[in-house]
Amino acid sequence: MDLVNLGIRSIFIDNMIFAYFLGMCSFLAISKKVKTAFGLGMAVVFVLGVTVPLNWLIQEYVLNAGALTWISGDFAEIDLGFLQFIVFISVIAAVVQLTEMAVEKFSPALYGSLGIFLPLIAVNCAILGGALFMVGKNPPFNFAQSVVYGVGSGIGWMLAIVALAGVREKMKYSNVPAPLRGLGITFILVGLMSLGFLSFLGFSL
Amino acid sequence: MSTEVAEVVEKKSEPLFSKKNRKLITNPLDIDNPVTVQVLGICSALAVTTQMKPAFVMAIALTVVTASSNFIISIMRNSIPGRIRIIVQLAVVSLWVIMVDQLLKAYVYDVWKQLSVFIGLIITNCIVMGRLEAYAMGNKPGPSLLDGLGNGFGYGLILLIVAFFRELLGGGSIFGFKVFEAMGLNYTGNGLMLLPAGACVIVGVVIWVQRSINGYRESH
Repeated sequence: MDLVNLGIRSIFIDNMIFAYFLGMCSFLAISKKVKTAFGLGMAVVFVLGVTVPLNWLIQEYVLNAGALTWISGDFAEIDLGFLQFIVFISVIAAVVQLTEMAVEKFSPALYGSLGIFLPLIAVNCAILGGALFMVGKNPPFNFAQSVVYGVGSGIGWMLAIVALAGVREKMKYSNVPAPLRGLGITFILVGLMSLGFLSFLGFSL
Repeated sequence: MSTEVAEVVEKKSEPLFSKKNRKLITNPLDIDNPVTVQVLGICSALAVTTQMKPAFVMAIALTVVTASSNFIISIMRNSIPGRIRIIVQLAVVSLWVIMVDQLLKAYVYDVWKQLSVFIGLIITNCIVMGRLEAYAMGNKPGPSLLDGLGNGFGYGLILLIVAFFRELLGGGSIFGFKVFEAMGLNYTGNGLMLLPAGACVIVGVVIWVQRSINGYRESH
């Protein structure tokens, strides 16, 4: 029950886009068509679902203060916390690269539709942000929670980008003032959608 | 005639503040702004702007990281293999970010606490990666450094504008100084400005005003 709660929280209440603005760059750049938005969204769900638990393992067994005691008792004093950024981003870049190779090899059709987005995901701040938020949670997550949190945040991000793409497809038919066209009106749209998502704030499960 | 002269000068030694290089600093402030035109670095531009002070610190941090990683990558550009360039770039950027992070933690702890994960997220800030890919991989170290500085300033400019309105309307203060109280007025903060929604709307309006002035248009 606790996990269901966490999942719903991470999808709706702590939505990556509307509550933390993470992954905004690709969110704004690739939300012109629903189909491509969905492709990118699925890729983000997958990568977040893999990298957050992976980074949890690394944080727990390598980076935390005294985490290295499973190798030898001598390492109890060592705190590798300052390496967090570089280790996390390397893990993410490696997973993205591996995923890209695997998808290319085993499912060329999926690669065709997803391929160009995969390299972009390595530098999507939602991915690194998810890992950093996961570490900062108090009380600390266990492994199952980190899996649910990763997948949940990914789904929340996907929902947001598909919804925005839907609205932007319809925007073509409206008469927006010329200087506001494109990026400007998109920002205002995101603002209004974020107000909508605020209504989830009151929920307690 | 004038272009010819410029080219000759360029070939000779390229003075650091030639006209072309000055453009590297001034363009990102307006017509080539990283936030409002190139659509880069939006996440942090929205998230750290509830108050002026963190926005200011963030702008400095990002400028330092962009300029110095641009410089380093530009020096290394001919020896980086194409296939693994992203991970090389990320490694260089994260080294600088770790340094900035530790410095901020040591000297301005309260702001560091407020910025929380967003310092770390400079690594994946698209301005840094975007400039590395678009500029530093193909240009000399000197201009790359200037390009990094220029884009950092352009980002900082937007950050400060947005933070100014959010702090003024949301909390009635600027850099923590209570403006309305000092004038003897009673102002109740508008909570909407402190929410994500307020930030998005303000950025939208900033873009609107900027494009009305400089005439930049998008078809859709």
